[in-house]
Amino acid sequence: MRKTMIFAAGAAVLGAALLAGPASAQQGVKIGLITTLSGPQAGIGREIVDGFNLGVKHAGGRLGNLPTEVLVGDDQFRPDVGKSVAERMVQRDRVDIVTGVVFSNIFLALSDTVLKDRRGVFLINSNAAPSELAGKGCDKNFFSVSWQNDNVHEAMGQHMTNAGVKRAYLMAPNYPAGKDALTGVKRYFKGEVVGEVYTQLGQTDYAAELAALRAARPEAVYFFYPGGMGIAFVRQYAQAGLVQQVPLFGPSFSLDQTILPGIGDAAVGVYASTYWSEKLQNPSNEKFVRDFEAEYKRIPSPYAAQSYDSAMLIDASLKQAGGLANKDKFRDAVRAANFTSIRGPFKFNKNHMPIQNYYLTQIAKDPQGRLVMDLKGVIFASHADVYASECKMKW
Amino acid sequence: MIGSLDRSRVFILALLAALALLPILATLGGEEFYIGQFRRILIFAIAAISLDLILGYGGMVSLGHAAFIGVGAYVVGILVHHASEETLFLGILPGTFEPLIAWPAAMLISAALAFVIGLISLRTSGVYFIMITLAFAQMVYYVFVSLRTYGGDDGLRFRGGDTLAGIIDLGDDLTFYYVVFAVLLGVLYLGRRLVRSRFGRVIEGCRENERRMRALGFPSYRYKLAAFTIAGGVAGLAGALFATHESYISPSIMHWTRSGDLIIMVILGGMGTLYGPLVGAIVFMLMEKFLPDYTQHWQIVFGPILVLIVLFAKRGVFGWVLPPRSGGGHG
Amino acid sequence: MPLLLFLEQTLNGLQFGVTLFLMAAGLTLVLGIMNMVNLAHGAFYMLGAYFAATLVPLTGSFFLSVILALLGAAAVGLLTEMVALRTLYSRDHLDQVLATFGLILFFRELVKILWGPIAIFMDVPTLFSGRVEIVPGAPYPVYRLLVLAVGVAVGAFLWWLITRTRLGMLIRAGASNREMVGALGVDIKRLYTLVFALGCALAALAGVMAGPLYVVDIGMGDDILIKTFVVIVIGGIGSVRGAFVAAIIVGMVDTFGRILPSQFGLSATIAELAIYILMAAVLFWKPRGLFPAAG
Repeated sequence: MRKTMIFAAGAAVLGAALLAGPASAQQGVKIGLITTLSGPQAGIGREIVDGFNLGVKHAGGRLGNLPTEVLVGDDQFRPDVGKSVAERMVQRDRVDIVTGVVFSNIFLALSDTVLKDRRGVFLINSNAAPSELAGKGCDKNFFSVSWQNDNVHEAMGQHMTNAGVKRAYLMAPNYPAGKDALTGVKRYFKGEVVGEVYTQLGQTDYAAELAALRAARPEAVYFFYPGGMGIAFVRQYAQAGLVQQVPLFGPSFSLDQTILPGIGDAAVGVYASTYWSEKLQNPSNEKFVRDFEAEYKRIPSPYAAQSYDSAMLIDASLKQAGGLANKDKFRDAVRAANFTSIRGPFKFNKNHMPIQNYYLTQIAKDPQGRLVMDLKGVIFASHADVYASECKMKW
Repeated sequence: MIGSLDRSRVFILALLAALALLPILATLGGEEFYIGQFRRILIFAIAAISLDLILGYGGMVSLGHAAFIGVGAYVVGILVHHASEETLFLGILPGTFEPLIAWPAAMLISAALAFVIGLISLRTSGVYFIMITLAFAQMVYYVFVSLRTYGGDDGLRFRGGDTLAGIIDLGDDLTFYYVVFAVLLGVLYLGRRLVRSRFGRVIEGCRENERRMRALGFPSYRYKLAAFTIAGGVAGLAGALFATHESYISPSIMHWTRSGDLIIMVILGGMGTLYGPLVGAIVFMLMEKFLPDYTQHWQIVFGPILVLIVLFAKRGVFGWVLPPRSGGGHG
Repeated sequence: MPLLLFLEQTLNGLQFGVTLFLMAAGLTLVLGIMNMVNLAHGAFYMLGAYFAATLVPLTGSFFLSVILALLGAAAVGLLTEMVALRTLYSRDHLDQVLATFGLILFFRELVKILWGPIAIFMDVPTLFSGRVEIVPGAPYPVYRLLVLAVGVAVGAFLWWLITRTRLGMLIRAGASNREMVGALGVDIKRLYTLVFALGCALAALAGVMAGPLYVVDIGMGDDILIKTFVVIVIGGIGSVRGAFVAAIIVGMVDTFGRILPSQFGLSATIAELAIYILMAAVLFWKPRGLFPAAG
């Protein structure tokens, strides 16, 4: 009898907890930030959250001069959990805008939940932008404030061509982003590809591949290894004495502040293509970097930068449209992108992908001895992605 | 005699009634959101129940069970994908939107995979068995990660395939919930018949003392293989439902840590009870949903909770309700 | 395949193999003697690396940091054994899998709280940071040779320990027949604790050696844990000799498997599956591994 009562009480409490949802704010704006906060990738999620929060702070705690509530959810690096969090934020918490998704697979799992909701929720994402939604799948409520996956790799391919590289060796992990990356490089690299190697996802020992690489005698090596893979690869590349012999090129995903601390000095001299560098000189970027360092005691990464930009974009668009009451007006404001991006000129293409500059940087030490992406020049000015022509949106 | 046996029966009936009423209550309360959430929980419960068959009753600790869920899900995803693209699978087979074809296909293919994996794995026992099931799960996972055509690591998004037999609209939250609920009841019923049959007794006997079973003349290998195959097929069914529910599938569902989650659900609820995994799935997934709201570092709490459960609450929530088993038993 | 490449890959395969051996030796002893599946073994690999990475800048000495890191990991292992694992020896493998799975979650989050979510840096000791042309035309990092040397030395040490000391005799007896050893009046509890601490120290050593080569982050134990289990299953549980042989085999198969695609135009996926296919094949013919300890 007692056990039954305990069960009944427990069920009642559980039921009450479930049904007591939060009241939705009618005026004001609610942002759902869904990102990866647990597991080995948590560092990236932390950048996204911190960058966005700094943006809200710079907007005086009120985006678009409206009471702002930011709900943070953890997708735990699992697509079905990400979708579940999106369902909660969109259907129960009734957020107006969703942002912050880092990984393409999680993005693909939850994008329909957000974009197909009857209320008309915007997905103004600060990282993942898979090609499915850049071309045929483009959506009027989806904007990417980061980049289109191929662009950063295309930029380095172009640079290698500009630098006169004749024989290049390409390496990436054996998964779609890896294959897309090398496809992007090859789109603009006009020399000979003497090796195109796909390694196991998550692998950290590259001794075997480096031996084969050396035997192929390339002039330059392009690699795409995000996260821990990148750290291991660059260090072993340096330990094998290759950095001086064969210049190493990579995208900023493999060489940014979430990764450089783990690589150490071995990274000095490696080239990175990027859309944002902490060394970019314009007033808003200098303010961003200065305040980020003061607040969080570390140099921001591109993830933080694009997340900050998304907050600024939302802020400016809300101000221009006078709030979210008229969704079409808000969308027009977002499309106009009348905000000062910290990365330089920024516009949206007709498929809602960014048109922006891509820069060449080289890893160096700043006066305090910290590793940074030193700006070397512009590779592409106002570069657009290749999928825009497949998108049927007109505006 | 009114006593402990009735208590467990009351508990189960109350739970099933609550689950049956939940969508109606949710709709009345204006919180339709929970219908989808609990539907996902029920789908995992079906998978957990299938695992209980081999784990709780058969004593086979498989770290590869999630692979069968994944394969079942991919079968549905691939069929719907080809149907909507109007292309042919491997150049010969057309896709289909019809769940009445896709779901059984998922079951069959998962069962077939389970048969092959079981054929090799069941020759081993103990830790070797655990490890080889883990190895096979890894193999399946890496194969799907590298499959560019079906999205690989990015996963496969598909639309369609949500009208059952041309009449039942699975796109409607409520309807689909009851379809899943019906499948759950079916699995529970058939499962109960199975474990109470001679087949079930032999499987349990193999867990207790395999040598004795063989001495008694039962080909234990064949019985275990049959159980493994059936469990794989039911897990494939759960996967099929999962794919239809998410309209998306990726290899992450097949990772060995998801198999670990399933084992936790079975233990948490009470293994070898068939209804336990249902309770376990509910408790586990609710914990997974609500703990992160308290702290970002919820895993530092969840880890020790797991250890404590193993040490002290081995019989699980439902096991607590049941009367103590007489003679032998596990844990 | 050119001879140079072959020779260099052989060295790489051996070096990866001994890293696996350091992990596998501890795990196979724990599994063989105490019949305990310890999924958290990878956590000690991670702790060893994190401890050493933190200690090197503090002490200025790589060697000292290694010793301290090993002691630290062994201490954590002892604590864990006494608090959480002792009661699990008599339980079945399922309980052990679950409990140690919970420990993985706990340790991972603890490390994340203490050291932060991004990878930390661990340098190769300056003494060993050069290159040597063992294979002409292919400068080979001295540090990898050090790892190779350490692995072989540990292997020799364990061989001596197990075949030439009383403790080793108890370990071998315990792996074959636990009850008998207890019945003969040996303090089983102390033996278990000692073996467990030794296992943790070995895993930590593997982590410390791996830190400067690869990455020091919270996910570092995951991949190598699975490969370690593959090794001990192929080698035979409870057998250090089996672990050594299997580790070298797996190291070689994995290393050569990874360059085959570029050499022979095979799919990259086959290489990823190579060691699992190997394990399945071995178990098919020898369901208890190559050198099973018991019976």
